[in-house]
Amino acid sequence: MAEPMRIRANMTGDKVEVRVLMAHEMETGQRKDGSGKLVPAHFIQNVTVTCTGRTVLSAQWGTSISKNPFMHFRFKGGKPGDKVTISWVDNKGERRTDEAVIAGG
Amino acid sequence: MPSPRLAALLIAAALPCAGLAQQDTQKEVERYRQLLAEGNPADLFEAKGEELWKARRGPKNASLEQCDLGLGAGVVKGAFAHLPRYFADTDRVQDMESRIVTCMVTLQGFTPEQAMKNPFSAPGRPSDMEALASYVAGESKGMKLDTPLAHPKEVEAFRVGEQLFYRRAGPHDFACVSCHGDNGKRIRLQDLPKLTDPNDAQKIFTTWPAYRVSQGSVRTMQHRLYDCYWQMRHPQLDYASEASIALEVFMAKYANGGEIRAPGLKR
Repeated sequence: MAEPMRIRANMTGDKVEVRVLMAHEMETGQRKDGSGKLVPAHFIQNVTVTCTGRTVLSAQWGTSISKNPFMHFRFKGGKPGDKVTISWVDNKGERRTDEAVIAGG
Repeated sequence: MPSPRLAALLIAAALPCAGLAQQDTQKEVERYRQLLAEGNPADLFEAKGEELWKARRGPKNASLEQCDLGLGAGVVKGAFAHLPRYFADTDRVQDMESRIVTCMVTLQGFTPEQAMKNPFSAPGRPSDMEALASYVAGESKGMKLDTPLAHPKEVEAFRVGEQLFYRRAGPHDFACVSCHGDNGKRIRLQDLPKLTDPNDAQKIFTTWPAYRVSQGSVRTMQHRLYDCYWQMRHPQLDYASEASIALEVFMAKYANGGEIRAPGLKR
């Protein structure tokens, strides 16, 4: 069961500044465990961010992203009170969606 | 294959740059830390720890909310700023982690073995203790560390910690003081604080527990000490042992007055 993200969304000027922390192992598939067996790859593959129904960010990720990733970006066209919804899907099909309300600047 | 003379020349030419490169590297490490600090994954551990704190668990199906961390049952806010300290109910000096263990035993009905089973996480094996410690420490963020040193047992722990800090032993003839007794020492790129210098101690002691980027997890002060003992090739330091707590009491005395910035973020 995937654990919740931590999302902060604030107005900075006319843009919305979003900071997200995701809890994920982000296994590269190259690490070996204590008994020498490869640990299978397990990583977030797709990230989508929407704001009031509009997709503002869509990303394809791979194994070079760190464990417990932190993402920080800005977008235009949001206003305080709007909801930012963030979803990810990993290569095993596990998914998680969380949302946050944009705070004033 | 360069001749020995050429090699010597190359080394001589490289030497003046070494100091500069080192300064640049430290500046870059500092910048890297600042970039990371914006999104400290320890936040995730704090959130998970709070959830665990309030969850009904164990044979008694109880939460940890009534845990007495020194400021009375049920008070988490600010408690970490006064730990380690003497607790009358257990008649011993306890740090945050050993106190959480006590609460897991008395409130939730776990055995001490169960409560101390997995204090340090490994990949794919997360530790509840790391989350709980992050939450409890985070509830004292911004406060000044103010640990007591009045009760005879606290004074005794300080003395024991002092002995352990200075006592050289093991195959490398090492003591804590070997690395933490001078200003400006480092291991690779990690600055080593002089733990008996309040300036250094206040900055460092209060940043544990901390998220270790290289280990992908929060590590607690108990883990820091355990790892130092391993690095010194001393016998294993038992989790939440009297010796480990004595060392914390010793360090806390010099760190008192420092602002708590835990859970911190480290390489």
